[in-house]
Amino acid sequence: MDKLILGRYIPGDSMVHRLDPRTKLMASFYYIAIIFLANNWQSYLLMFVATMVMIMLSKVKLSFFLRGVRPMIWLIMFTVALQIFFTKGGHTYWSWGWLAITQFGLTNGAFIFMRFVLIIFISTLLTLTTQPLSLADAVESLLKPLRVIHVPVTELALVLQIALRFVPTLMDQTTKIMNAQRARGVDFGTGNLFQQMKAVVPLLIPLFVDSFGIAEDLATAMDARGYQGGDNRTKYRVLQYHRSDATAAIVMVALTGLLVFLRA
Amino acid sequence: MANAIDISHLKYSYPEATKPALNDVSFVVPAGEWWAIIGHNGSGKSTLAKNINGLLAPESGSVTVAGMPLTEQTVWDIRAKVGIVFQNPDNQFVGATVADDVAFGLENRAVPRDEMLTRVHDALVAVNMQDFATREPARLSGGQKQRVAIAGIVAQRPDIIILDEATSMLDPAGRLEIIDLIKQLRQQQSLTVLSITHDIDEAAGADHVLLLDDGQVKEIGTPAEIFQHGEALLQLGLDVPYPEKLKNALAKRGVHMPAGYLDEEGLAKALWTLHSTM
Repeated sequence: MDKLILGRYIPGDSMVHRLDPRTKLMASFYYIAIIFLANNWQSYLLMFVATMVMIMLSKVKLSFFLRGVRPMIWLIMFTVALQIFFTKGGHTYWSWGWLAITQFGLTNGAFIFMRFVLIIFISTLLTLTTQPLSLADAVESLLKPLRVIHVPVTELALVLQIALRFVPTLMDQTTKIMNAQRARGVDFGTGNLFQQMKAVVPLLIPLFVDSFGIAEDLATAMDARGYQGGDNRTKYRVLQYHRSDATAAIVMVALTGLLVFLRA
Repeated sequence: MANAIDISHLKYSYPEATKPALNDVSFVVPAGEWWAIIGHNGSGKSTLAKNINGLLAPESGSVTVAGMPLTEQTVWDIRAKVGIVFQNPDNQFVGATVADDVAFGLENRAVPRDEMLTRVHDALVAVNMQDFATREPARLSGGQKQRVAIAGIVAQRPDIIILDEATSMLDPAGRLEIIDLIKQLRQQQSLTVLSITHDIDEAAGADHVLLLDDGQVKEIGTPAEIFQHGEALLQLGLDVPYPEKLKNALAKRGVHMPAGYLDEEGLAKALWTLHSTM
């Protein structure tokens, strides 16, 4: 589990960490969208340099980002291979039946590779520098207009918050149950796929039963503390834009302008 | 002073149960007192707590809390006056951080944010957890989690705190820590405390003890009065406090022991003066 980079938060106090989570969320989506504008090596170079600068500003080690790419590497390689073998045009270096490696194929392959890596880098940057809870707040804040069409945004945000809050609790519970079942002779993680799946059953059932117990207790506690649902609640955590958020927005616009100028 | 809790002829049955969980329960807790409610598992202790703040609705009888009769109209006001600390520290944590959790009850009552900030901070200071405000609950010890739960209640400025076996999942040190904290808060904020407990040592420190058996009030009295029936307590499935057990065992061996309930200190005194002729 520790190897998983996506969704991990690395505490820090960099410029990127301090940005409002809404800014980071919107900027990440925007950045991913404008990557698709790049179509020559100049524009890709620009996006690459911009990404690297952002990563440097976050003061998170580059190795974290490289590890973020690792689980996706087969998907990337597969897509790149498709591009290389099936794009026709320009000088042909090698061909065999309907497969051919051409000049256009190679450049397209390189571009697709860059696009993938940059998208992964930027989404990794978002999650590495933003606490899940702040992201949940950002989603709530950005979705607030949907309340007009009766989407229960506040409740959904609370659900999300409670889910995040119980991740470590349920992990602890899982470890406890695994140890208890191991003590009774259950063998986790060995044998063929079927045996491994069977071993999960004595883990899942107690975990499920436990979760219902926890939910019941939690509901009682929330009730006792005066939770009545709805939008008539005040908020302890509030998000506030600062000057740096405006700067980030301007940088995004400038980047777009430069990109449009550089692209073929 | 007025009465904090006034319960008369309370009856409650769980759906599909053959006999009531609480039957004809009546008692009055004067404001500012510390009451311990004892009784073995299934005697209706927790059901009683849930009836006091309207988490369960009584079948018959009346519940009056802080001068307000419990009805559908007053239930939210009463819940603001009564804070409950539950048994499992993990399962009552709503907020993703300590400060968030303390703020939860205030958010529910639409307390303005500025006021909320000071009240959350004050409450955390009151339970000595101010350094943990931004921590995640999962990284706290059991005692610390219960402290936070208490802070969440203190922030709401209640009149009454109910401890629903709040210390039963803690180690002895954590247990002592929480009881001391409640004692201290009670002094500072003149709270009424209702402590549901299995821990007789904790009950021994109360002003009054209410013994619940099979959904009925068996006895109400001071700890000294209640704990005199050593053997009878055992029959009710309760543990007699350690000094009392030792006293009874010594008495059985023919050692002359003073009558009446002895705490640890009292017993020590009785023992070292046993053969003293002065």
